[in-house]
Amino acid sequence: MKIRAQIAMTLNLDKCIGCHTCSVTCKNVWTSREGMEYVYFNNVETKPGIGYPKDWENQERWNGGWELTSGGRLRLKQGGRFERLGVLARIFANPNMPQIDDYFEPYTMDYENLQNAPESKTAPVARPISLVSGKTMDKIEWGPNWEDMLGGEFDKRSKDYNFEEVQKEIYGEFENTFMMYLPRLCEHCLNPACVASCPAGAIYKREEDGIVLIDQDKCRGWRLCVSGCPYKKIYFNWKSGKSEKCTFCYPRIEAGMPTVCSETCVGRIRYLGVLLYDADRIKEAASVEDPKDLYEAQLDIFLDPHDPEVQRQARADGIAENWLEAAQKSPLYKMAVDWKIAFPLHPEYRTLPMVWYVPPLSPITAQANAGQVEFGENGLPDIASLRIPVRYLANLLTAGNEAPIVSSLERMQAMRAWFRAGQLGGTASPELLSSVGMDEATAREMHRYLAIANYEDRFVIPTAHRENTEDAYELRGGCGFSFGNGCEEVKSADSHNLWGGKLRSPVLESTRKEARRARRTEHES
Amino acid sequence: MPPSIIDQFLYVIWPYLCLASLFLGSLARYDRDAYTWKSDSSQVLQKRKLQWGSNLFHYGVLIVLLGHFLGFMLPEPWVLAITQTETVHVMLAVVIGGSCGVLAFIGMSILIYRRVRYPRIRQTSRKWDLVVNLMLWAQLGLGIATIAFTAQGLGGEDFSHLVHYVQSIVYFRGDSVLLLQGIPLVYKIHIVLGFTILGVAPYTRLVHIWSGVATLAYMVRPYQLVRTLRRAKR
Repeated sequence: MKIRAQIAMTLNLDKCIGCHTCSVTCKNVWTSREGMEYVYFNNVETKPGIGYPKDWENQERWNGGWELTSGGRLRLKQGGRFERLGVLARIFANPNMPQIDDYFEPYTMDYENLQNAPESKTAPVARPISLVSGKTMDKIEWGPNWEDMLGGEFDKRSKDYNFEEVQKEIYGEFENTFMMYLPRLCEHCLNPACVASCPAGAIYKREEDGIVLIDQDKCRGWRLCVSGCPYKKIYFNWKSGKSEKCTFCYPRIEAGMPTVCSETCVGRIRYLGVLLYDADRIKEAASVEDPKDLYEAQLDIFLDPHDPEVQRQARADGIAENWLEAAQKSPLYKMAVDWKIAFPLHPEYRTLPMVWYVPPLSPITAQANAGQVEFGENGLPDIASLRIPVRYLANLLTAGNEAPIVSSLERMQAMRAWFRAGQLGGTASPELLSSVGMDEATAREMHRYLAIANYEDRFVIPTAHRENTEDAYELRGGCGFSFGNGCEEVKSADSHNLWGGKLRSPVLESTRKEARRARRTEHES
Repeated sequence: MPPSIIDQFLYVIWPYLCLASLFLGSLARYDRDAYTWKSDSSQVLQKRKLQWGSNLFHYGVLIVLLGHFLGFMLPEPWVLAITQTETVHVMLAVVIGGSCGVLAFIGMSILIYRRVRYPRIRQTSRKWDLVVNLMLWAQLGLGIATIAFTAQGLGGEDFSHLVHYVQSIVYFRGDSVLLLQGIPLVYKIHIVLGFTILGVAPYTRLVHIWSGVATLAYMVRPYQLVRTLRRAKR
């Protein structure tokens, strides 16, 4: 057993209102610059829909993630039969990589024309101008959130991969339509396909907190990570020629602060906390044969932070005391392991993602109101009568395994009904809870975490131990943020260096030195 | 006839200047400015034309380069052991080198067309991107042109002069320029342009050739990489 800790995230989809505040704040902090206009490290999709980039969940088309060989061994799907050679063979032109139009071509508007146009019979218009080519665009045909609130025809949206084995036609009817929001970011996987795809070895997972980062000095722009990631959460910066991804706001996380998307979440749906896991069993968990078992297999390598044996081993593996404490108070451990109401996104990609989701409850259908719905003995409506088909959620979160989804929805429904009864002065019968395997204490706690969602319950983030890794002596007289050319000053925004590159990419000089040292410690997971 | 000072410069001094620039320039860039070291792919902006152009060019040029390397640098007895006679050696160079050179030439033509034709690519190109493209295009053209000479009669002796010229450059023999006397002009331009391309490589996107070689490490490294700061402090 080799214990590692990770700061992971859970999103309570039951409360997501699709306001996109997370996307906007993330955008402002991280990707509001040339070459990255089309990039949203965090985006929110309306489901059902094909998403951003188009059709990203269809791995028959994009070949992201892992697959099992007939011998039960893991291999990258994009490499195919020739495995690593197959990956390298696609280095000159990557057939599995989306083009910018699959995300959207970024644009601005010709606002000047509104002021400068000569007098005319018709009102002047501001035409869109591409931010890439600078040319006027005929028509804007796609955007980062084109399907917002079920925008577009059902025909196109229903290409959604999660409709597999769902009789989707009836959901195109107005009376039966349903929707939900899906905020997405990098999953900071335990078995990341991007890391495994990188021919330059530039992507790595941090042992201390599990954050997956791209070493910008080592990235050569081979772009196989873009296609390797099944979630399409690595983006190619067309200006710098390097790949970039969600950093999990690691400078904030190290200081014990939540990521920007979590901090600014209006609906308070995001939770951050520590999960301990057995790094020796990653490969085993990712290689179970039936994809439907992947959720359980991943759950199985999470370790109980209350177990003295686990604590002993964790200390031996270098995990600090404040991290162990945080692991015991982790909202993620409660939601994923104790209550079993949180699930990984598309476990069938075999990357063991570490951003988990609580599935949304939905209104019961019209038939239920008309009295055509089965109600259970505990008085709660059958989960099958909820508007969002269980199979749809299962395709999204458990590779089609419906039982855990049903159980989690029942628990949330029971908790609500029980609490409502208590609040309204009725009799809150304990059977309501026991019928779904819960007791009152659990229900109260679940209510506190899910409904109240206090800041200090949602974010339990131990600070990093920089004091053990940073050498202040080395930092003295340093130049703070530099532009990748030592401490040389940048004369103007247009300065070019000898290599024809723009002196831009600000990098903290200490990070650079640190990266050099850390590279020497690189090892297999 | 002793070689002129111009010949001395073009075929001896210039190659060494270019090689020095290649190695020192690459080292300096790697150390000083690793962030700018990249292949500079534009695939995300335009995919379809790249698929043909890039694959044809790269696979073609890789085989051509490998052929150059083997043909010029393998010790003669080895070469003869494989090819039996010098004529077969020349034949191999003409057939394999020629066909792959043509493929690479077609590929580069597509890439140049793509770079000029599509506003997205044109607007985001640096001056050097097109210059490098044109240099490679010309170099491939010259290389193909030499085939006409090689196939007609430049068998045996002159061909081995070329081989010895390259070897004398690599092994610092100093008699290089004498070997080029009587060699047709097109070979000479091909040689000078070839070294020039190597010389400008560190200041252009061509540095990614080094990284391309380095990707072979991918075949043997572990899939997953983990870094830690814990053990990093000295």
